[in-house]
Amino acid sequence: MAQRLNVLVCSGASCLSSGSIEIKKKMLEEIKKAGLEDEIRIIETGCMGPCELGPVILVYPDEILYKKVKKKDVEEIVENHFLKGRPVERLLYKSPETEKLIKKHEEIDYFKKQKKIVLRNCGMIDPESLEEYVALDGYEALGKALTEMSRDEVLKEIETSGLRGRGGAGFPTHLKWKFTKDAEGDQKFVVCNADEGDPGAFMDRSVVEGDPHTVLEGMAIAGYVVGASKGYIYVRAEYPLAIERLRKAIKDAKEYGFLGENIFDSGFDFDLEVRIGAGAFVCGEETALIHSIEGKRGTPRPRPPYPSISGLWEKPTNLNNVETYANVRHIILKGGDWFASIGTESSKGTKVFALSGDIQNTGLAEVPMGTTINELIYDIGGGAPEGKEIKAVQLGGPSGGCITKEYFDTPIDYESLTELGAMMGSGGVIAMSQDTCMVNTAKFFLDFNTFESCGKCTPCRVGLKQMYKMLDKITKGEGEKGDIDKLVELGESIKKTALCGLGQTAPNPVLSTIKYFRNEYRQHIENKKCSAMVCTDLLTYTIDPDKCKACTLCAQNCPVDCIDGERGVVHEIREDECIKCGNCYDVCPFDAVIKTTGELE
Amino acid sequence: MEEAKVKIPDNEYYQKLEEYINEVKHMPGTLINVLHKAQGIFGYLPVEVQSFIADKLGVPYSKVYGVVTFYNFFSMEPRGKYVVNICMGTACYVKGADRVVEYFKQKLGIDEGETTEDGLFTLTSARCFGACGLAPVLMVNEDVYGHVDRDKVSEIIKKYKEKEKNE
Amino acid sequence: MKNLEELRKLREKAQKNIKLRSQDAKIKVVVGMGTSGIAAGAREVLNKFINEINERDLDDVMVTQTGEKGMSSQEPIVEIREENKPTIVYGEMNPDKVEEVVEKHIVNGKVVEEYVVSVEEE
Repeated sequence: MAQRLNVLVCSGASCLSSGSIEIKKKMLEEIKKAGLEDEIRIIETGCMGPCELGPVILVYPDEILYKKVKKKDVEEIVENHFLKGRPVERLLYKSPETEKLIKKHEEIDYFKKQKKIVLRNCGMIDPESLEEYVALDGYEALGKALTEMSRDEVLKEIETSGLRGRGGAGFPTHLKWKFTKDAEGDQKFVVCNADEGDPGAFMDRSVVEGDPHTVLEGMAIAGYVVGASKGYIYVRAEYPLAIERLRKAIKDAKEYGFLGENIFDSGFDFDLEVRIGAGAFVCGEETALIHSIEGKRGTPRPRPPYPSISGLWEKPTNLNNVETYANVRHIILKGGDWFASIGTESSKGTKVFALSGDIQNTGLAEVPMGTTINELIYDIGGGAPEGKEIKAVQLGGPSGGCITKEYFDTPIDYESLTELGAMMGSGGVIAMSQDTCMVNTAKFFLDFNTFESCGKCTPCRVGLKQMYKMLDKITKGEGEKGDIDKLVELGESIKKTALCGLGQTAPNPVLSTIKYFRNEYRQHIENKKCSAMVCTDLLTYTIDPDKCKACTLCAQNCPVDCIDGERGVVHEIREDECIKCGNCYDVCPFDAVIKTTGELE
Repeated sequence: MEEAKVKIPDNEYYQKLEEYINEVKHMPGTLINVLHKAQGIFGYLPVEVQSFIADKLGVPYSKVYGVVTFYNFFSMEPRGKYVVNICMGTACYVKGADRVVEYFKQKLGIDEGETTEDGLFTLTSARCFGACGLAPVLMVNEDVYGHVDRDKVSEIIKKYKEKEKNE
Repeated sequence: MKNLEELRKLREKAQKNIKLRSQDAKIKVVVGMGTSGIAAGAREVLNKFINEINERDLDDVMVTQTGEKGMSSQEPIVEIREENKPTIVYGEMNPDKVEEVVEKHIVNGKVVEEYVVSVEEE
């Protein structure tokens, strides 16, 4: 019997961890109970994007989106919706402005403002089914390239499109391909960087988990152009599901003959292999990544020579990131001109951003280049929760910088972001409100970079450590006058002298927060004050005697026993012994514990 | 390569590892794959195992050691039965992941990277799990927990302690 | 995979499976599936529509369901919605009538007057 409903259960990382598999199981049971198993098909898909609403379920053909579904809701959905045609209203999305229930998922602001090219299939198809990928024009681009276009024609199309590397630096893709194509070598390689190391970025994971074949197809087309018969996908070990899906996709593609020998009877052979990282952020740097595939320590080396001339095993190697490859098939199918019509003068197409931090709609959003930061964080992201104001966004992860609200109307493209002292990076956007301490955030990124420094060059190994020590001092209230200038001086010189991209960009988060939030630094140093109430050493906990009901709860939870008082006797914190863990503040049922910062007036 | 200097115990773990090595030996640059497999089998990578791998792959031991110590994923120390891995991605950090680490330190009485005396828990942190919608997030072995706060930390520890009692 | 022809054949086959998710429906068939509708045989009617439409490969027709419509005496109720045309509501449907409605109304554009219970202007 033909099916009448397709139920898409999002099994992106976020929904998975909030129980989407359990929901799927329960749904299968309930559908069977209701005798609907022939009429309804359940499909596990990749990430749909709105992680904040997870677990998410999308029902076709009505396109009804259910949010925050729990196992106990399943029976009601099957009974009322699948059987009787009445969507379960309490699980529908409600527009935050109008309070109106929204049934159709496309009418939700979060989806409405997006333009999906890279994520087109994510959350729409079963990522483990090659057939579903083919049904949505999968491998048509590869077939077209191999049977109807010359290598130069494909390259020309990529050039016309204006596609630039989505991994961060924005190098024109067609040039990389051309360099590798023109390089001398009996064997050439194509490599995909899926070592998504930036904290707060998870778009590559979503593409690989939600639509693995699109990456394979892009790589095969690149292989055809540059003349490579072998490719590697380098994935981080932290993404086991992505690894599994890629392996399955490669196996299926080989079975159907989209990979392997003599593809489309064109004489072109291409094979792919997955290589797993082992937890080193620096391996996102191309020369380090190549060393890691070779089974060595993932340390970078000076360039030139660039990998397109001498890469994997010293052979010419074309290396692009997941999102870059995912764009390729659409360019071949719809033409470079079509792609170039989207975006800005210098940056074409779309970009996937991962929204997180102090923002309502955490998740993935794909928008045309040139979309403003305002549109991204307010129209799609919904702004900060609880009516707070977003004071800055951090872009480009540990190599990037922050942008303050005065510049939120800047259209996003590679150049405009660099001009503001941030960078596109992989597309992680972290929203920060008044509850975020910029000094502490800079320290967080610097800690990250210091830890991940491979140790090969001195500026990065030693310089970052010194910067970190200074920041640590400042957040502990031990900062001295002149520290800010020292940080800037040291940061600038590391930028100039470090060996690879990691070191050259590592000071950025510090330099950019100093540039825009120098005052917060000053407050930390001069007034020992952290107005975001984040730096624990700058906080003071006291008990308001008028509110204290002498319940002893705080004293019981104090790990260092520095709270005096007993039942009936108002409590008091011995400040000199307090370790500022905040336990008392968290547990007090009467809000009697007061948290303050700065020298008491 | 000289003869192996370390006595290799004749047990099924080593047999399993050797089978795998023979399978992938011919592939170029396969050392990291082998180390992943070995850590999967043994739980960690003691020197004897590293030396065994060096011998079987025909690479210097120094190279194996160099690779093991370079990557965070490989551990030379045995780990607790339950590895509590707290996400320190930016989203989680902004939402208070460092406090979650503090709760665990207090409750378990160990520092990051350490294992409790009973061998039950190891406390570590990791970079982004890509589950930012649930921040702050942590994993205990393969189980993911989202929106973690102080109460949830107590619950999680209790859950695994009870699980242990019942086993 | 030898050529584009072969790929297209595979695609046509595969598209059946995802049709529900990708169609651009011109005609929408809405079956009333309230409790009384189901009691009167709405599920059979719904499934008959789906099978008929699949067998005839009607790509631009979407079958969906809705709750009670408040005309319980005439269940099962089916609406045929088309852009820029009044919505036709058929009553007391059964699988045989479905076949007729698909053949005459959906394929050939002729409303089957004898089963119509109401016509709703857009």
